Amino acid sequence: MPLDSTPQDKRAFKVVGTRPLRPDGIDKVTGRAKFGADATAPGMLVGRILRSPHAHARIKKIDTAKAERLPGVKAIVTRADFPDHTNGDAALFDILYNIMAREKALYEGHAVAAVAAVDAHTAREALKLIKVDYEVLPHVTDVDEAMKPNAPVLHNTILTDGVEPKPRKPSNIVRRYEFGHGDVEAGFRRADIVVERTFKTEATHQGYIEPHACLANVGPDGQGELWVCTQGHFMVRDTCARLLGMDISKLRVTASEIGGGFGGKTTVFIEPVALALSRKANRPVKVVMSRDEVFKASGPTASTSIDVKIGVTKDGRITAADATLRYQGGAFAGSPVEFGAMSAFACYDLENVRAIGYDVVTNRPKQAAYRAPGAPMAAFAVESVIEELAHKVGMAGIDFRIKNAAHEGTKSSYGPTYGPIGLLPTLERAKQHPHFKAPLGPNQGRGMACGFWFNFGGQTCVSLNVNSDGTVALSVGTPDIGGSRASMCLMAAEELGIPYDKVRAIVADTSSLGYNDVTDGSRVTFATGMATIHAARDATRKLCARAAQIWGIPEEAVTWEKGHARPAGPNAGNFPPMSLAEVAAQAGATGGPIAGHYEYSADGAGVSFATHICDAEVDPETGATRIVRYTVLQDAGKAVHPSYVEGQFQGGAVQGIGWALNEEYIYGKDGRLQNAGFLDYRIPVCSDLPMIDTVILEIPNPGHPYGVRGVGETSIVPPLAAIANAVSAAAGVRLTSLPMSPPRILAALEQQNAKRIAAE
Amino acid sequence: MSAIHVTTKINGDVVDYVCEADETLLDVLRNRLGLTGAKEGCSTGDCGACSVTIDGRLTCSCLVLGVEAEGCEIDTIEGMADGEALHPLQRKFLEHAALQCGICTPGILVAAKALLDTNPEPTETEVRFGLAGNLCRCTGYDKIVRAVMDAAQEMRRA
Repeated sequence: MPLDSTPQDKRAFKVVGTRPLRPDGIDKVTGRAKFGADATAPGMLVGRILRSPHAHARIKKIDTAKAERLPGVKAIVTRADFPDHTNGDAALFDILYNIMAREKALYEGHAVAAVAAVDAHTAREALKLIKVDYEVLPHVTDVDEAMKPNAPVLHNTILTDGVEPKPRKPSNIVRRYEFGHGDVEAGFRRADIVVERTFKTEATHQGYIEPHACLANVGPDGQGELWVCTQGHFMVRDTCARLLGMDISKLRVTASEIGGGFGGKTTVFIEPVALALSRKANRPVKVVMSRDEVFKASGPTASTSIDVKIGVTKDGRITAADATLRYQGGAFAGSPVEFGAMSAFACYDLENVRAIGYDVVTNRPKQAAYRAPGAPMAAFAVESVIEELAHKVGMAGIDFRIKNAAHEGTKSSYGPTYGPIGLLPTLERAKQHPHFKAPLGPNQGRGMACGFWFNFGGQTCVSLNVNSDGTVALSVGTPDIGGSRASMCLMAAEELGIPYDKVRAIVADTSSLGYNDVTDGSRVTFATGMATIHAARDATRKLCARAAQIWGIPEEAVTWEKGHARPAGPNAGNFPPMSLAEVAAQAGATGGPIAGHYEYSADGAGVSFATHICDAEVDPETGATRIVRYTVLQDAGKAVHPSYVEGQFQGGAVQGIGWALNEEYIYGKDGRLQNAGFLDYRIPVCSDLPMIDTVILEIPNPGHPYGVRGVGETSIVPPLAAIANAVSAAAGVRLTSLPMSPPRILAALEQQNAKRIAAE
Repeated sequence: MSAIHVTTKINGDVVDYVCEADETLLDVLRNRLGLTGAKEGCSTGDCGACSVTIDGRLTCSCLVLGVEAEGCEIDTIEGMADGEALHPLQRKFLEHAALQCGICTPGILVAAKALLDTNPEPTETEVRFGLAGNLCRCTGYDKIVRAVMDAAQEMRRA
């Protein structure tokens, strides 16, 4: 995608970069917005799912006879109702197995059967009447334990990929990845100082406040409708149709308003089950997860174990960097270790670098994406070592990072050579920020860290209809998870030269638009935005053609400028410009409706970098940590709606604060989750936090007409490390395990005291 | 089970409903009365997405039974705006971009109104503790706190 003729940093935008009210705002502040659980249908049944109480068990028999006889029960489905239509597609088979257990239940919470009944009470009673005969098997939930040779094996089909020779014995190690360049061993030989550390992070959950919910309606003719909260309704349609043996065209999926996702709603869980129940009952069926089910049976992120080794010269130049990352991603292949290994050293300009990743399965729910999947844990490990090295060579962390930072022309640790990137600008701006110079109080420490995320393009399709009154209806296919409809309206208005409030954007259903990839990879403002711009340009070409027809001059003699069709130059004739509304009003007489379309696979998503600064205060008596001050500096390429860009920065930082300080999946010896609720899995609340300061930098992405880069994910990459560095500075001891909850901090302080006493 | 008849006032209107003895007020509001502005985020009183006021007191409607509302006055998000005119809190939430996905917004607005009804001039700390029972996972609360303080200031001037 070429740049616009006007250089982006000089381009004067009229509406892009302003902060208008969002188009879905009134509905969201009045309670009228319809989310997943807010839909109803005539004759609707309530669906409930029976889940395995065991972490690992063979399912010998499922007896539903008693439940079927309960008055009010209209359908029951088990594995027998999900024949394998996957035709050897291993990833699809894993989804099939995940949505309904087959020969084994692979984690506590794995779906085993489901009921549709006339009301919730009856459905609950019916679940109690289903008799499942389990043979309990040994289980494993820790990543390092799962990699041991004697660990209980989940799948006898997993023979580790990426190692030579390929093992013949099954294990829990799905695949080994390796990225890097140069000669790491030679690099370490040149180093004056080498630091090597091991880190662990616990699994966390995206923690979206809206549990998964859907309303399915399938008739005996095989036609179906599904209302669902998801980050990608086209993905839901295709996946469900393939799992259930339906024609894709016969399933129409409508995306509800979505109450948060952060990656967790990029796959299916309850949707195929609800459709199967509806098909069997021939009635609409609504399935809503409870919070307990969300924790146990949706897709949290990986827990990890990471070794990092970095060598530097006395004057602070990195000579070699090496990491081994082990990520468990739950019961099926596909932990985000590949992204972890690719991104671990992406912030640095390195001659010799290597990152090795192991994808490991355990008896936990299958992980789903969580905001920059895999990157925050890797950054935690690497940026902790970077900070330690800086101190060892006697440099400030920020100067050490500036000295080694990746820049335009750097060959990245994962392969490609960077174009224009914003890492150094965020570092240099951070150094000048008042936060860096502010004094610290007692028991307080300051930390910083950098973060990187790839960003993504993907399949995208947009339609833009010009109405007879000069307003514009914009149809996009990417669910709006945090204000993207406002950004789309801004870009359409910019391109068409009409006011923002003349454009209305909707998220169209799967039958109204071509395929769109899910809202993920920070792709919507970039990819759907670019499609919107091109659809608008398609429309303006047609508007020009209509004006040419009205004026009786050739099409090439008309241009679109400032919201008007204008004769192009003096030879085109002397006609007064026609506004969009004036051309649109004559559409019926000049060839019918005017619409712009664009469909493509978006490429050129510019990579994104951020630098975070954090002040933390650690109470040495209780081990409790308070975040005192926090600043995010990130490159947005071009901030289309700056308020929502700031919101992404702040939200990512605060999710990172939760991950760093409190949030963790706690498993008992029985392999059961012990804290499946918001009381015991504590996400940050308002009184835990300070204001989150933001600085938006705009280093244009050459791959987007306005220079836009995705901003949603990068903001969660630096916080774990920035907070760990701040807490370590405040406590006077290096913390290497997340979360840094009070018991862990107290243990680290005690250990250090014991060491000090022993030394004296 | 047999249903029980309940008479309440909701957003100023007298409302009669029947519900089962084990049904929460949240389920009654959402499933029987079509008032889906209150959301179920946890059903254990931890997230505040179902916040309403009962006789002026901020409450998680998932922790109250429908039958307990007999004779009470309940206010929900659906009653917050006065006809066409948004409540200042609603307006300020939009102006400050204090919502992203919007699922927690109704509960937070109800909680913020309950706070300002008793404390029209809260400090930032008081706002933060006043909203500590309402989880928001998108915003990091920064813009929410700013919106509430701004609304409070405007309401004091009015």
